Amino acid sequence: MGNEPQAAELEARASLPGRNQDSTLLSIRSIAKTFGKHTVLHGISLDVAEGEFLTILGESGSGKTTLLRIIAGFEQATSGEVWMSGGRLDPLPPYRRRVNTVFQSYALFPHLTVEENVAYGPRVAKLPAEEIRTRVGEALAKVRMEGFAKYKPSKISGGQQQRIALARALVNRPKLLLLDEPLSALDANLRRQMQIELKTLQREVGITFIFVTHDQEEAMVMSDRIALLHAGELEQVAPPDEIYSRPATAYAAQFIGHTNLLEAEIRNSVARAGGLSWMVQLPDGRATFSLRPECIRRAQGSDAVSVARFRARVLDHAFHGASELVRVQVGDSQILTVRTADRGRLRGDVELEFDAGDAVPVRGPKE
Amino acid sequence: MFSRAYKVTVSLPPVLWGAIFLLVPYALMFAYSFWSVSESQTIVHSWSFANYGELLSKPVYHQTLLRSAWIAARVTLLSLLLGYPVAYLLSFHSGGKKNLLYQLVIIPLWVSYLVRAYAWKTILGTDGVLNTVLQYFHLTHHPLEFLLYSPFAVVLTLTHIYTPFTFLPIFASLEHIPRNLAEASHDLGASRVETFRRVILPLSVPGVLAGATFAFVLSFGDFLAPLLLGGSSGIMISNIVVNLFGASYQWPLGAAISFCMLALVVLLLWVSERLERKWAYS
Repeated sequence: MGNEPQAAELEARASLPGRNQDSTLLSIRSIAKTFGKHTVLHGISLDVAEGEFLTILGESGSGKTTLLRIIAGFEQATSGEVWMSGGRLDPLPPYRRRVNTVFQSYALFPHLTVEENVAYGPRVAKLPAEEIRTRVGEALAKVRMEGFAKYKPSKISGGQQQRIALARALVNRPKLLLLDEPLSALDANLRRQMQIELKTLQREVGITFIFVTHDQEEAMVMSDRIALLHAGELEQVAPPDEIYSRPATAYAAQFIGHTNLLEAEIRNSVARAGGLSWMVQLPDGRATFSLRPECIRRAQGSDAVSVARFRARVLDHAFHGASELVRVQVGDSQILTVRTADRGRLRGDVELEFDAGDAVPVRGPKE
Repeated sequence: MFSRAYKVTVSLPPVLWGAIFLLVPYALMFAYSFWSVSESQTIVHSWSFANYGELLSKPVYHQTLLRSAWIAARVTLLSLLLGYPVAYLLSFHSGGKKNLLYQLVIIPLWVSYLVRAYAWKTILGTDGVLNTVLQYFHLTHHPLEFLLYSPFAVVLTLTHIYTPFTFLPIFASLEHIPRNLAEASHDLGASRVETFRRVILPLSVPGVLAGATFAFVLSFGDFLAPLLLGGSSGIMISNIVVNLFGASYQWPLGAAISFCMLALVVLLLWVSERLERKWAYS
């Protein structure tokens, strides 16, 4: 699928909400990275707009951290360029970039107090003492840690260290803030709380965030756009709702939320897969479709041609709080997952349907 | 968790060892330092501070004590100046060759102390390697006399011998520093030099203190290097102690001097321990 990431990227640029090309802050151009014989990134291109919250989403080994480290300046790309505000960024050492990083393990200086940690950047920049004090106070207030100024990092909790790491980066007023899985060490509740706080904070300060995570839910909650990275290539770059409802690839469809992948044969504008058939506007041939479990429902008795109706047998069901995931078999071999809010209603032989438009054609999995 | 009998059995050997070979001899020595020697060369078990008084009143003793401390201080400084950069380079910038280079630094420790001290004798002597080379290139016309049998020779030799002892704890403390702290520092705008000054150096202070303590304590009590290379001007306090316990048969005075040295070393260890605790961060 050599050229496909570029196509995804063009699509993404076009769909930047309410922004034009002039507001591009960071431009990643054909970045490739090789460690020995192992290629980690295959020519990544991506534009990030001023004030945007972009998430680089990918599994471990997808190259997301390497990409972040190239932007920060800790790694040199094997080829390609990085531009920021109209100037080349990649030849600069990390300490000359107006980019700050929140590290996965926070990397707070253990010999300095919370306050001294936050003051590190301004002190290195030789700002006047008065301004340093004001800025550090503001930064600590922003992350609600004023009361901990004199503590050593080892004396505060993980979530608090996380806030200090954030304050230490923001105090420098960077143009771009990089966050490398900053929430992965926190427990689930604190994590959800921090997701919302981070998003709110980002809107307040208006700094561009590039957030790296392997957690698709986190990416959905926080991002303006998600760049889905897989095996060193961009699968799709799009806002969360779009990447969910119009996944570009089978991988994207599966990685973000649950889905049913249908391998269909198209003939005369009718797609057939297992015991299913539905109307499409695509040329004849083979194609893969993604059909979300919540798009399948109990048949309502409609005869519209845009609705695909079918009979199925319920195999098993799993309770998921507000909804239930039910596995059904259609025909001899096709198994579908259905999400339904009517708990306990889908049992035995049932008649189901979905809107043909909800079966989204996606680029098939890589061979 | 463990039975009382088990705990006693396990801890008995080290306790006995410590008692028999450390506490009892020290107590005996301490007692000796208050006794005296009679005309007929027997130990008189009467208690007095006379030996400590002699130590303070006779310049040869307290001056040698101070000179030994001064030599040890110079050795400490030099071995830090040599050991720290090597440890830093090895820890941060040696790439895949770290283990090999580490072994190279350690190798001198495998060679007998005596061999290394004698090696300096052949290098520094009037007919030694250094003087021969200097004269061959006409840099001097006469062999340089101050090279051997001088405090200089002692400091040089002790520095050579004890630098690995300062290198090791410094290297260990540098290895202990999380690498992402240096990255975080660069990220916050600090250059390499600034990162070293603000992050690496402060975090390696415990190692520096441990290394400095090793170098000082070991060289302060050294007697072979001054014996072989020190001459009369490079004599150190241990040489005097050896002499008092040997030929001149002045055990009580020797014991008093030994106790002053011990007190000094213990004081130093205490200070260094306090400082290390102050600088420890985790």
